[in-house]
Amino acid sequence: MQIEKGSWVRIHDIVLSPQDRSPNLPEDTKKVPLEMWVKGFLLEDGNIGERVEIETITGRRVAGTLLEANPHYDHDFGKFVPEILEIGLQLKKVLWAGENHD
Amino acid sequence: MTKEMTYEALMARRGEIMKQAVGIDYSVFEYGKIAFDYERMMRETGYSLQEMQVIQGESGVGNTPLLELKNLTALARKIAPEGKGARIFVKDEASNPSGSFKARRAANAVYHAKKLGYKGVIAATSGNYGAAVASQAAMHGLKCIIIQECYDSTHKGQPEIIEKARKCEAYGAEVVQLTVGPELFYTFLKTLEETGYFNASLYTPFGIAGVETLGYELAMQFRERVGKDPDVVVCTNAGGGNLTGTARGLIKAGANEVKIVGASVNLKGLHMASDVDFNKKSFTTGHTGFGIPFSTWPDRSDVPRSAARPLRYIDRYVLVNQGEVFYMTEALAQLEGLERGPAGNTSLAAAFYIAQEMEQDQIIVVQETEYTGAGKHIQPQLSFAKENGIELKFGNPEDEIQGENIILPSHPSLLRARDIDVNKLKASYIKNCVNQNQLEELSEEDLAFLMKDCNAPKDFVLNVLEELKVRIS
Repeated sequence: MQIEKGSWVRIHDIVLSPQDRSPNLPEDTKKVPLEMWVKGFLLEDGNIGERVEIETITGRRVAGTLLEANPHYDHDFGKFVPEILEIGLQLKKVLWAGENHD
Repeated sequence: MTKEMTYEALMARRGEIMKQAVGIDYSVFEYGKIAFDYERMMRETGYSLQEMQVIQGESGVGNTPLLELKNLTALARKIAPEGKGARIFVKDEASNPSGSFKARRAANAVYHAKKLGYKGVIAATSGNYGAAVASQAAMHGLKCIIIQECYDSTHKGQPEIIEKARKCEAYGAEVVQLTVGPELFYTFLKTLEETGYFNASLYTPFGIAGVETLGYELAMQFRERVGKDPDVVVCTNAGGGNLTGTARGLIKAGANEVKIVGASVNLKGLHMASDVDFNKKSFTTGHTGFGIPFSTWPDRSDVPRSAARPLRYIDRYVLVNQGEVFYMTEALAQLEGLERGPAGNTSLAAAFYIAQEMEQDQIIVVQETEYTGAGKHIQPQLSFAKENGIELKFGNPEDEIQGENIILPSHPSLLRARDIDVNKLKASYIKNCVNQNQLEELSEEDLAFLMKDCNAPKDFVLNVLEELKVRIS
């Protein structure tokens, strides 16, 4: 999919390949690269998956693989955790049991 | 000339880049083999309390409300031994512009950067400090870049950190997100070198001094409200700056009798640089992964000499488990009508237990709260834990195995604050000083420095040095 020059995009890049990483890492981290994500305005038309250059909000030029246009936040309040409900009910019982709070 | 950008080459330029980016020549304060004049550094490179009050006041930072938690106090008294149960108060630091006490640190750092003529500021942080720096940079018209450790190698991100990225971007900052690893520091140095921006480190003298106003306000607010200083102040401890700054502020107010307690979330067994462990943690700050290494070796931070030196001030250090902190976060909402972020409530969980050891006419204060919202809230954090295979259940928090389960107390009387032996931390600090600097002998002035830096008597320090076979010349 082609993204137009000037679009607000998110790119991804490898900062350090596994062999270039710090010598003092746990085994699991040693096996994987150090990766980076940055957002900015696309400097030339580009396709998703292609190497592109962006200008970040502070005016830096950063290169990387084009991931998406208009990246959105998808964090939320998560799935309902019913255990949480019990906490308040229990605390009120311990604190106010037998008193006139019903 | 193009500079070499390999990991080793860049790390070798570390000293030079840092000097440019912090504007402090730390060598001026150093003497002996390991010693440096901490108080002189704080005096000559920091700001006076009055100056900080003006700087912070002008950016809407500080003077946060002091709230008495009457229902939580009543609850503590229900389960405490007869006659016990101190009054519990909280300093509502979420009322700061960026939603946490970190605004105090950022206010000073960004003010200083502006004064020295830097065009922008950079901070390496996945915590509330990023939003604080971004917010202050917005007020002062400086550019801002925040560098975060955010994702594991499957590109799954901690919801709490993603929310903090959103908040930084809301203030106009650029956020660079990375996968797990200490080489975040590499990206940080590279970006400092590329931009010439100021290193708004958490650990500069101005950053730490920024928290002094918090301790000072606490003393003043208590004197006005109840006519005396609090007996115990509990600080959530990670990098040590919160505790250090608060303690220094209390001392500046003449509140010398206050006991300073540090509290961290116990993340035993979860490696801080492990890609696999990263998303098994339900706390991204305020935990032992920072608290222990930073107290026993403060100079591991991103400046040559950290101004956060918690061992100088800490009277007691306690650990609480993840389930207990989540439980108290919900208790704060349900019994006190205050919905605040979990990480800041680490010290609340500890205070709830310590209050039960204290007399009813005594006062214990939780010195911070933090903002809450999508991602950064008990609900998404517990939901995320479940998705990562962590079991959530009610029971005895003592049985919590970090990275495997989260145990919500089945009764509030099961909450505990577990003491860490502070002397062991002090011994470990001395050992780190010796090993990091490969020392075989020390001068009398170095010995005097060690005594001050870990607040220990001479024979204690000498004993540890003897075990390490270090001579005093």
